[in-house]
Amino acid sequence: MEKRPTFYEEVTSDGVPRRDFLKFCTAMAALLGLESSGIGQIVKALETKPRLPVIWFHFQECTCCSESFIRSSHPAVADIVLNKISLDYQETLMAASGFQAEAAYKAVMEKFPGEYIVMVEGSIPTEDEAFCCIGGRSALQILEEAVKNAKAVVAWGNCASAGCVQAASPNPTGAKPVHKVISGKPVINVQGCPPIADVMVGVVVHLLTFDRIPQLDALNRPKSFYSRRVHDTCYRRANFDAGLFVESFDDEGAKRGYCLYKMGCKGPVTYNSCGIIKWNDSTSYPIQSGHGCIGCSEAGFWDNGPFYQHLPSVAGFGIETTADKIGIGLGVLTAAGIAGHAIVTNVRKHKEIANEPESGSSSDNT
Amino acid sequence: MAEKIVIDPITRIEGHLRVEIEVNNGVITDAYSSGTMVRGIENILKDRDPRDAWAFVGRVCGVCTSTHSLTSVRTVENTLGITPPPNAELIRNLMASALYIQDHVVHFYHLHALDWVDVVSCLKADPAETSKIAQSISKWPRSSVGYFTDVQAKIKKFVESGQLGIFANGYWGHSAYKLPAEVNLLAVAHYLEALEWQREIVKVHTIFGGKNPHPNYLVGGVPCSINIDEANAVNAERLAFVGNLFEQAKTFVEQVYIPDLLAIASFYKNDWGAIGGGLTNYLSFGEFPVNGYNNPESFKIPRGVILNRDLSKVHEVKSDDKDQIQEYVNNSWYEYSKGDSVGLHPWDGETNIKYTGPRPPYEHLDFSKKYSWVKTPRWKGHAMEVGPLSRMLVGYASGRADIKEVVDATLSKLNVPVTALFSTLGRTAARGLETLLTTGWALEFYQQLLANIKNGDTRTMNNEKWDPETWPKEARGVGMTEAPRGALSHFLVIKDKKIENYQLVVPTTWNASPRDPKGQRSAYEESLLGTPIADPKNPLEVLRTIHSFDPCLACAVHIYDEKGTHIHEMKTY
Repeated sequence: MEKRPTFYEEVTSDGVPRRDFLKFCTAMAALLGLESSGIGQIVKALETKPRLPVIWFHFQECTCCSESFIRSSHPAVADIVLNKISLDYQETLMAASGFQAEAAYKAVMEKFPGEYIVMVEGSIPTEDEAFCCIGGRSALQILEEAVKNAKAVVAWGNCASAGCVQAASPNPTGAKPVHKVISGKPVINVQGCPPIADVMVGVVVHLLTFDRIPQLDALNRPKSFYSRRVHDTCYRRANFDAGLFVESFDDEGAKRGYCLYKMGCKGPVTYNSCGIIKWNDSTSYPIQSGHGCIGCSEAGFWDNGPFYQHLPSVAGFGIETTADKIGIGLGVLTAAGIAGHAIVTNVRKHKEIANEPESGSSSDNT
Repeated sequence: MAEKIVIDPITRIEGHLRVEIEVNNGVITDAYSSGTMVRGIENILKDRDPRDAWAFVGRVCGVCTSTHSLTSVRTVENTLGITPPPNAELIRNLMASALYIQDHVVHFYHLHALDWVDVVSCLKADPAETSKIAQSISKWPRSSVGYFTDVQAKIKKFVESGQLGIFANGYWGHSAYKLPAEVNLLAVAHYLEALEWQREIVKVHTIFGGKNPHPNYLVGGVPCSINIDEANAVNAERLAFVGNLFEQAKTFVEQVYIPDLLAIASFYKNDWGAIGGGLTNYLSFGEFPVNGYNNPESFKIPRGVILNRDLSKVHEVKSDDKDQIQEYVNNSWYEYSKGDSVGLHPWDGETNIKYTGPRPPYEHLDFSKKYSWVKTPRWKGHAMEVGPLSRMLVGYASGRADIKEVVDATLSKLNVPVTALFSTLGRTAARGLETLLTTGWALEFYQQLLANIKNGDTRTMNNEKWDPETWPKEARGVGMTEAPRGALSHFLVIKDKKIENYQLVVPTTWNASPRDPKGQRSAYEESLLGTPIADPKNPLEVLRTIHSFDPCLACAVHIYDEKGTHIHEMKTY
């Protein structure tokens, strides 16, 4: 095997001070939910492990995952990750086209069997293979060949993890996620439409650091980023508990940041890190900006709509118990029941939040 | 003897594009463009809630993210007769401006620059000379000798590692690269800076729409509320954040993008200012309403058509005239029930998928038969180019003072005639000038938003027709925008509160489509004719022209409506 420079060598030779490198490792450890002892493990791994060759395919997709990836927000991360993982084939960014492009990923497959990671953006059409062709070969042919000697497969986003929008009913092209068309390789489903940039980078760092795939949930999503419901980590949760809801967009409740549950928020049935990591350098996330969660990190979320109907009245969805139980701490309730119950049990909280501006200003004035 | 060359995949674009060319004596004599992936989003939209459509069509493209969502809410509002409040229009304009700026910068540096900039050549540069050049063309502060020395060392290390990553197998050393090593170094430094920078301006989407890519939109307004006395709404902090992002964007565009564009153009203007012109017809739907979307004459970029490069006349685009826009499938893998030689208006949108191409793996497509997933749209039978060049030309020909000023200033700086715009380089330059104009317009929108709030208007939503019970039994409408890549239109029919038919005619459909029944080529194919090819094995010249359009194929190949529908009436707006 060829001697490749380590991540640490690359970083420091690029003029990144060791202090910044350690800060990056600390941030990554926090993202990955590690104890502080885990930081040392990341530092050690990135200092000594060789660079990881990566082949990144685009199939039936919209390139939002690539776009999200280049938004990664920690200092120098976009640069570090683009260079440090040796992104040998990535159609959106690579210089070469045509047969020179194909030669790039074939070289990786030959030089580094068993060592490279295949990352996939997009679903694979199965109604007719010819619905997605690159260089005259079908997505399926390309993928099957590439995963044969891959170390692991990363399925970026909802397309590669669950088929996303093109797999929504009636799924005209027979779009399927990666794990449904290949076998014998571990597949990490990094969910979301797209996944949060820092989550994408977090998964890559996990692979680099621990040299194994992260712990996954039943849907093969990394637990470190998909074990919490958006509802449970929502900063507006107190409003839900207090029965304070937005009743129509831009009403008084909306202007005060009340809970968006009645506007169809799918936070109660969606597992993602939006409430914790947030988006684009922790600038905001959908709920903070006034729109309910549409559930984009869940398989089949397109067919769980309509988006603006709140959960208990969505036919056949069957989540009433979880959504309402967790919110109120009691049994199955109707939408009307939620408000009624909340008023009984959370009168004080309700008043506090609803009257906050007035009482706050009066106490300031005394 | 003709030599046939296949370029597939065309990289540094969105989506899957294949180009085949014929070269005779070092010159391209014929060209074919094919979209090679299909998803079928229109068919998926049928029978859904029209208020949800923005999210579905938003996923048509994640590069020009938000542009389809904007078009969709406009389309539904046009269909149902909803007027969003002025603040919603301004916030949408701010989001669309942020997209133009981010998308155009990324296109220039990350998707297009490597066609003009030889990365490996920068290793031979004298950083002191690069520093001198940088300081002579811009006051951007990162321009010291030490800075360029560091960038060069970084690239050297990268090249020596033997793992070139995204730069592997590029056309480095190709004879068509004309920049001195020092200018290459400058461009590579800014390639890396722009990569870090681009993630900033998109925060405008995150503030108003919660995330990027794929921010949230809302029929009737925008999802965010304004409340300057509340932490959980758009308040002074959020507004200042937005203002700051646009100020920074203006600085970056003025001090990095535009000086780089002019510097690079000055080395290529004599040949590439005359190559790649292609079609002579230009279409713009117009963008950035400042007095309501139903008053296109108030748009910052006007609506109109230029035919035969005649800049003395701008033809009117009418969304309610069924004779204006038609789509053909004579060379696309679909079939029409009345035969494939007819053109149909999108509302007659009858589309049945039928793949008749070769079975993969294949070496060549058969161009005597159908050869693409992209349909062929025409305006009054004419093949049209769409995109920033079309917008700047329609603006120029319409006599818009701000557009004329930047275009004329640039032509005079480069010392080239106005006809140099009709070229590969003209397309690339127009994109930069539009970005510059947009940074100024965005600050106007921003100031207007502040003024409205100061005057007590904080409304961001019109709820009047939110409830489907208020809708007519059947209604039809159209929404038009200018996506970063060109003229975009959505056509909608609502029946019994559900989507009966939803059709998209997108920019890359205009530009990348196969030939129509008259044999007329579309923009990509036409623009490649006559281009000299120095080395057929390394067709760098093809990439220059194709990339100058900023291809976005996922948009162009979305079309698939199994059942087909027939709508014979259009709504005027």
